[in-house]
Amino acid sequence: MAKNETQTSSVTRRQFASVAAAAAAGFLLTACGPRRLHEIPRDRLREAIKEWERDYSEKYGKAVTVSDAGPMPGVLFAMALDLSRCNGNRRCVEACVAENNQSREPEVQWIRVLSMDKDKGIDFSDADPYYEPAEVPEPGRFYVPTACQQCRNPPCTKVCPVGATWTEPDGIVVIDYDWCIGCRCCMAACPYGARHFNWGVPSIPPGELNSNIHYLGNRPRPKGVVEKCTFCIQRTRAGRYPACLEICPTGARKFGNMLDPESEIRYILENKRVVLLKQELNTMPKFFYFYGT
Amino acid sequence: MSTIWRFSRFVTASVRTVLRGNPAYWAWLALLGVLIVSGALAYADQASTGLALTAMRDQVSWGFYIGNFTFLVGVAAAAVVLVIPAYIYDWKPIREIVIFGELLALSAIIMCLLFVLVDVGRPERLWHMMPPWGHINFPSSILAWDALVLNVYFLVNFVVVTHIIYRAFYGRPYAKRIVIPLVLASIPMAIGIHTVTAFLYNGMAARPYWNSSILAPQFLASAFSSGPAILLIVLQLLRRFTRFEIQDEAIWKIAELMAYAMFLNLFLHGVEAFKEYYSNTEHLLYTRYWFQGLGDHRTLVPFAWSAVALNLTAFLLFIMPAARQNPITLNIGCLATYAGCYIEKGMGLIIPGLTPDTLGEIYQYYPSMTELRVSAGVFALGFLAFTLMLKVAVAISLGELRGEPGMNAAWAQPQPIQPATARTSTS
Repeated sequence: MAKNETQTSSVTRRQFASVAAAAAAGFLLTACGPRRLHEIPRDRLREAIKEWERDYSEKYGKAVTVSDAGPMPGVLFAMALDLSRCNGNRRCVEACVAENNQSREPEVQWIRVLSMDKDKGIDFSDADPYYEPAEVPEPGRFYVPTACQQCRNPPCTKVCPVGATWTEPDGIVVIDYDWCIGCRCCMAACPYGARHFNWGVPSIPPGELNSNIHYLGNRPRPKGVVEKCTFCIQRTRAGRYPACLEICPTGARKFGNMLDPESEIRYILENKRVVLLKQELNTMPKFFYFYGT
Repeated sequence: MSTIWRFSRFVTASVRTVLRGNPAYWAWLALLGVLIVSGALAYADQASTGLALTAMRDQVSWGFYIGNFTFLVGVAAAAVVLVIPAYIYDWKPIREIVIFGELLALSAIIMCLLFVLVDVGRPERLWHMMPPWGHINFPSSILAWDALVLNVYFLVNFVVVTHIIYRAFYGRPYAKRIVIPLVLASIPMAIGIHTVTAFLYNGMAARPYWNSSILAPQFLASAFSSGPAILLIVLQLLRRFTRFEIQDEAIWKIAELMAYAMFLNLFLHGVEAFKEYYSNTEHLLYTRYWFQGLGDHRTLVPFAWSAVALNLTAFLLFIMPAARQNPITLNIGCLATYAGCYIEKGMGLIIPGLTPDTLGEIYQYYPSMTELRVSAGVFALGFLAFTLMLKVAVAISLGELRGEPGMNAAWAQPQPIQPATARTSTS
C-alpha cells in the first residue's frame, strides 16, 4: 500500500512537472512569439519598429522611419470624390503606387479608375479599367476612381479567419501583413475589388522606396499577403492629405474628419447629392461620390 | 499485455500488410507515387515563386484548388448516406461496408486540408489560426468554423474507424458505447461540414452567384450523389479483387439513394436557373457566363453543358431499376455522376462566382499547369491514404490479418478466411 502511494505521488510529481513545463513553454511562446499588431503591447511594438527601421534602411539603402502614430480621438476619416471633376488622368494611381510602396513588378495598384459610358451611368458591367486614349477625357465617357471604400460595416474584416484585418478607431480598415495567411477570403468578400494579393514577390527599386512609413500602412509587403488602401495612414494621422488628393490636377478629391461639423467633408455630405457604390449591400462606405456641378 | 504494446503490434502488422501486394497493387502505388512527386515539384516551384504560377489573379482570386476543396468536402460528407441506413434502420447489407465510407471520408478530408494548404499564400503561418499561440476569428469568420468542423469530423471518423479495425484485429467486437454515439454524432456533423462550407461562399453579398440561400441544400444534394459514386466503384473493385463479399442489394440500394439525391440536385439547379433567367436582373451575368458565355468569353460553356448532360444521364440510369442493376449501366452512371458533380463544383461554382469580378471585369480563368500538377498530386496523396487504409481494413475484415493475444506474429500465418459477418463476433 505504502509502495503504491509513493509510486502514485512520484507519477503525479512527474506529471505536474511536465504540465508545468508545457505551460511555461506555452506562456513563453504566446508572450514572446509573433503577435498580431491588433493587440501588440506598446513596448513590443516599439521593439518591432526599431527592427523594421533597421531592416528597411539596410535593404533599401536609405534612412527609413516607421511611425506608430495612433488614431486621434474624435476623428473619423472620410473621402469624397467629385465625379463632375474627375477626368480620368490617373495621376492618383501613380502617386498612390509611389507613396504606398506598391510593387512595381508584378504591378499592384490600389486605385482603379473605371471609364464609363455617360448614357449608362454607373454600370460596372460596362466599365473599362484599361482605357488608353491619346487624351482624356474621352467624349461621352466619365470616370469613377475606386479603391477601398473604408466601409463602416466591412464585409472583409469579418471573414478573416485569423483576425489579421480590422477597423481602427479613426475608421481606417488596416491589414497586418505579418499575420495574414493569404487565404483571400477578404478578397472574395469585398464588393469593390479593393483588396490586392501579392501573387509574386513584390519589388520596389531601392531608390524609389517611400521612407515615410506607418506600421499599419505602407510597409514593404512580403509575397503571399493581401494589401489595400489605408487612406494614406502615414500621412493622414500626421495631419496631411492623402497622396491621391494632393496630386489630383482637377481637385476632384476631398478628405477630412466626418465628426467635425466645420469640415469640408461635412459640407459636401450636407449640401451635395452624394452617391454610394453598391449601397444595397449595406457596407456603409466612408468614400462618397458626388456631383459638384 | 499492455494496450500500448498491443496497439504497436497492430500498427506493425498494418505496415507489413501494406508492404505486401501483387504487381497490380505496386503498379497502382507507383502511378500514385509519380503523381505525388510531380505535384511536390510543382508545389516547390509555387512555394518559392509565389501563387503567380497559378492562373489566379486579383479578379479571380480563388480557382481550381478551392473548387477541388469544395468538391471533396462533399465527398467527405457523403459517408453519411451509408451511415444513416446502417445504424438508424439497421439495414444489414450496408452495415458491413460503412467502414469503407468512413475511410473514404478520412481520405477526402486529408485532401481538403491539403487543398487549403496549397492555396494559401503563407502556409507556414497556418498556426496563426490556432489558439493560444494564434488567434481564431470565431464565430465571425466562416473559414474559422470550417477549419474547426473539418478537423473535428476527421477526428471522430478516425477514432471510429481505428477502434473498429483495431478491435477486429484482436477478434473482438467494437465497443457499442463508443461507436454508436460517435457515429450518431457524425451524421449531423457530415451535414454540418458541407453546410458550413456552403456558407463560406453563401455569406458573401459581394458575389450574387453565391449569395443564394439554395446554395447549402444544393451542395448537399450534389455531395450525396458524388460521394457514393466513388464508393460504388471502390466496392465493386473490392468484390472483384478480394474475397470480400458485398451483396448486390447493398449496391443497388446506394444507387437508388443516389438517384434521389441527383434528382434533388438537378431540381435545385433548375430552380436557381429559373429565378436568374426569369427575373433577368444584373445578377444574371454570372449564370450567363457559365451557361452561355459573355461575348467572346466562353471558356466555361462546354463544361457547363457537359455537367448538365452527365448529371441527367446519371439520374436517368439510376432511377430505372433495370439500369442500376446492370453492372455496365451502373458504372456508366457512377462515372457520369462523379464527372458531372466534379465539373459543377470544381469549375462551375468558384469561377462563375468570381467572373465578372466586382468591378465588372471579365478575366478568363483556366487552371495553369502548376495548378493541375499540384492538384493531381493532392488527389494522388489522398488515394494513397485511401488505398493503404483500405488494404488493412479489408485484410482484417476478411480475417487474413489477426493478432491473437499471446501468439507471436500470428498475422504472418495464413488464417482461414472467415465470412465478413464474423468481424464483430468474438473469436
